[in-house]
Order: sequence, then C-alpha cells, then structure tokens
Amino acid sequence: MTRRHIMFAACGLLAAMLALDLRASPPNPFDAPAVLALWSGAAPVGGFCGAPAFSGS
Amino acid sequence: MSSTVAIPVTEARRQFGVWPLTLLLLAGLAATALFAGARFGLVLAIGLGFGLVLEGLRFGFAGPWRAMIERRDPGGILAQLLSIALVAAVALPLLAGNPDELIGAQGRIGWAMVGGAFVFGAAMQVVLGCGSGTLVNAGSGNAVALVALPLFCVGSLLGSIHLNWWTELGALPPIVLSGGAGLGLTLAALAAVAVLVLARAAPGTRRIQRHHLLAAVLLAGLAIGNLVVAGQPWGVVYGLGLWAAKGAVALGADLSGSGFWAAPVNAATLSGSILTDYTSLTNIGMILGAAWIATRRAGSLDQPAPRLPLRGWVAAALSGLVLGYSSRLAFGCNVGALYSGIATGSLHGWVWFAAAFAGSILGLRLRPWAGMEAKR
Repeated sequence: MTRRHIMFAACGLLAAMLALDLRASPPNPFDAPAVLALWSGAAPVGGFCGAPAFSGS
Repeated sequence: MSSTVAIPVTEARRQFGVWPLTLLLLAGLAATALFAGARFGLVLAIGLGFGLVLEGLRFGFAGPWRAMIERRDPGGILAQLLSIALVAAVALPLLAGNPDELIGAQGRIGWAMVGGAFVFGAAMQVVLGCGSGTLVNAGSGNAVALVALPLFCVGSLLGSIHLNWWTELGALPPIVLSGGAGLGLTLAALAAVAVLVLARAAPGTRRIQRHHLLAAVLLAGLAIGNLVVAGQPWGVVYGLGLWAAKGAVALGADLSGSGFWAAPVNAATLSGSILTDYTSLTNIGMILGAAWIATRRAGSLDQPAPRLPLRGWVAAALSGLVLGYSSRLAFGCNVGALYSGIATGSLHGWVWFAAAFAGSILGLRLRPWAGMEAKR
C-alpha cells in the first residue's frame, strides 16, 4: 500500500460523509448569510472550539 | 533502463492525480457557493488555502515543538509566534470595533482545560500530528494520521458530552485581552516568548527558514480572512466533534440530553448541513488542499505506507481518541486555542501553550514506548 491509496481513502471517506450528510441535511441557499460576517450587522452564530459548555446560559 | 521507464510512469500517475482533483476542487467550491451560500464557498476556499500552505510549505505545530525540545531549533516556533502576532495585530482591533459581528476564540481556564492541553501536547507528539496536522497528514497520504483521524472525531464527541462535568471541576469565565492594551500585551508576550526561545536555541539555529516565513504570513492572511468572512476565528476540533455527532445521530443516538449538544448553537449545527459549519468547511479544505499538494509533489504518493508494529497502530488510534477528547476539554487544539486563542486575546490560549508544551516533552519520551520509533 502506498501513500496514494491512503490519500484516496481519506478523500473517499470525506466524500462519503458529505454525501450522507447532504442526503440527511441538505443546505438551503435561500437561508445563506451575507458573504462577509464583518459589516453584515448580524451576530456570529457558528459553533466553535471554545463554545460555552452550558445549554441556555 | 529501469529508471527511464519508471520516471514517465511516476509522472503519468502524478498528472493523473492532479487534474481530476483540481477539477473536483473547483466544482466543489462552486457547488458549495451555489447550493449552500457564497459565504460557505468562501470559507471552503480559505480552508483549501490552509491546506495548501500547511502542506505546501511544510508548516506545522508538532514538528517545530519537537525540533525545539530535541534539537533546540527555534525556527518553526518563531514562525508560529510571528504568524500569531500578525493575526493579533489585525484581529484585536477588528474585534474591538465590531463586537456585534465578530467573536474571538474564547475559552475558560480551568483544571480540565489545563489537563486537557497537557494531554493533547503529549498525544500530538506520539502521532506527530496536532489538530491541523492530523487533517493535513491524512490528506497527503499519511497512514498514521488516517488511523488517528476518525478516532479524533469520536474523542471530540465524547469530550463534548462530558465537557460540562469536567468544567464544573473548576473554571474561570473567559478572560480576554482586548482593545489597544490587549494588543500591546499580546504582542509583548509573544516577543517575550520569542526572546526566551532564542535564548535557549542552539548556536547557528536562530533564524526562520524562508518557506516558514512565507507560510507564517500566508496563514495569517487566511486566518484574518476566516475571521472576516465567518465572523469567528479558525478552529478545528468543533468540526471533528460535529462529524462524529452527526454519525452518532445517524446511527440512532439521541444527543438531546447532552448539555453541549442541546445548547441552541450546537443543536442548530447538528441539524444543519456540514457545508454550513465553518470549522467543518476549513477542515475539509485542509484535507483536500493537502491532497492536492501531494498529487503535485513528484514521487510523494508512491512511497509505501510505514511498517509499524501492531502496538504502533494501536498507539496511533488511541492517540487520535485522546487528541479529540483532550482538545475538547481544553477549548481547542493548537489552532482553536493556541493560534486563534492568543491571536484574539483569550488568556486560555497562553495557558494552553504552556501546558501543551510541557505535555509535548512527555509525549516525545512516550514515542519509542508506543512503537512509533526506535527506543533511545
């Protein structure tokens, strides 16, 4: 087995995960936020590594 | 005779890999922008940039720390510090001026956070791959990283489920160095660490290699772009935990009882598309960007996978699990806590740095015992 097989395996697993997720949770482009968060006037809403651990507080 | 045949075959294989992947990446970017939204397409492009820079210019976190600990070679760490300083110089004023639209990488300093960072530092030296490193290595054909990555995701999910319990052991609220004073303090502290590192360096090593210098500047530009486009800094661990959480839900698990996944923001990302989660998009971009570089690098993909003893593979898998779990408790990995944390003024980034570096010293001693290299 070479690094080529491993690279294709990594990309293949990624593609499979995306395909399954697209089937379960298709994105809605009509809900898309402004292109840039800066100057959008909207609060940041994404999840992040440092997100608080407490639900609702 | 054999070499005249082998070279064209290798070149043909390389060309075979480059074009389909290039077209696939461009199609993926266009499809993401079209079907998820322009912002998400842009974040994926930034993620690709991270992968191209990290793999193409061989910029990392675990390796330079190892070089400093084992050979007292400070070049890689100095490049990291420079990159963080460049981001801080732009990000901290932006955050101060736009607090309703942008958010920093804030984390809570506590017992579990410190312990998590220490354990992360140890585990990342066992597999020689941090958060970003595991993604980039997997994309470029590293078998150890490919074994570690799925368990990194599972570890991050388990850590998120247990995070409330760990945090209740004792944690301060986020402490943020903000505004002009925060920027001054951050830059002064980065300079102080650079001086300390230079003082400890071996003679003749006190320089940053040109490719690391270029990578530091490019990464800073991409990280600032991430903040401006996504409204939040560059992170890794959240996306990996989300992938495992989505997998668990698909297999029938109910995460609504988890304090972490029941929180509104996390519940929303869990029910939404991966293509609308910023850390997932940059993670995907890093894997694919590194893969693209690997296809361009002659002979790179024809190398055989490493021959490790069984306990080496077990160590890689366990290290992946530990990396995911510990980075969740530490409110980030080398990217979300160290790089983005310090660059956006979060004090937990500094504590993470100290604890993970101490853990790295232990991790390097564990590598031979884990079957990852010859015993010294």
